[in-house]
Amino acid sequence: MAGAGHKHPNYMAIFWYLAVLTVFEIGVVFLPFGKFTNGVLLCALAVGKAALVAMYFMHLRFETKTLGWIAVTPLAIATLLVFVLLPDGFAVAKRTDDSKKVAPAAASKH
Amino acid sequence: MSQALTAHGAAIEPAESPLTPESWGKLGMWVFLVGDAVGFGTLLAGYGAMRATSADWPNPIDVLGINLTAAMTFLLICSSVTMVKALEWLSKGDRSKAKMFLALTALGGAIFVGLQAYEWTHLIQRGLHIDGNPWGATLFGTTFFIITGFHGLHVSAGVLYLLWTISVVARRPDPRASYNFVEITGLYWHFVDLVWIMVFTFMYLL
Repeated sequence: MAGAGHKHPNYMAIFWYLAVLTVFEIGVVFLPFGKFTNGVLLCALAVGKAALVAMYFMHLRFETKTLGWIAVTPLAIATLLVFVLLPDGFAVAKRTDDSKKVAPAAASKH
Repeated sequence: MSQALTAHGAAIEPAESPLTPESWGKLGMWVFLVGDAVGFGTLLAGYGAMRATSADWPNPIDVLGINLTAAMTFLLICSSVTMVKALEWLSKGDRSKAKMFLALTALGGAIFVGLQAYEWTHLIQRGLHIDGNPWGATLFGTTFFIITGFHGLHVSAGVLYLLWTISVVARRPDPRASYNFVEITGLYWHFVDLVWIMVFTFMYLL
């Protein structure tokens, strides 16, 4: 419960954590680890930064646990949605590839 | 009624505590933000799925660059700090310092929107349009303008909300009486910052 009587966290410390994590993020882009490793690192850093903002700037750390679970729900829905959408995306990509293969073959027959 | 329940040996349910005991307004803002987060989450998930299955998606860093947006990210983080500082000063009863930090937060938001307008103008001049671009998949431009535009609208609304908050704080006789009101404004503003952290990572860095 963050109220007028609540002790405020050290906001400047959170600011410096966020600033340093942002510098790390930009540094990761130029690392030669490959797309997958860089992607995992960037996602982890983004989630870490978002958690700092939610926990300390939005005071979720001091709210009831139930509110915390409610706040995390959209992240779970979005993650689930990526996997729900992928099969359709791959099907469309395959159809596009097939039509590209068929088009030159049909053109060569004529 | 309770006697009847006790007589039957049924346990009495303990009184439920509200999720946000300070104010209903805070709970209302959380409900709004969770709904809004689903909206942004859906847009970003759709972006991710389309990008993962596209054969000719351009490399965002090559097209968009990250120098300006890194500065914009830093600016939003700074504005989040000024927002919490306003709240801190309000809890100490210092209205003028609280108003100054709220004004700085609004200024940070206004500069962010200005920089975004500059970025859009620059990219449009280079050929990035909502219905096509010279680098590859059409949806690259479509998703870029829709997602950053939706976020920019939130920042613009946030600046207006902050200006309104300053006027409310100025009018109330006791500065501490505005604490909950400013905290609710802060929730919205920090959410806008949080969403940008995700947009910056997924649309610019990855």
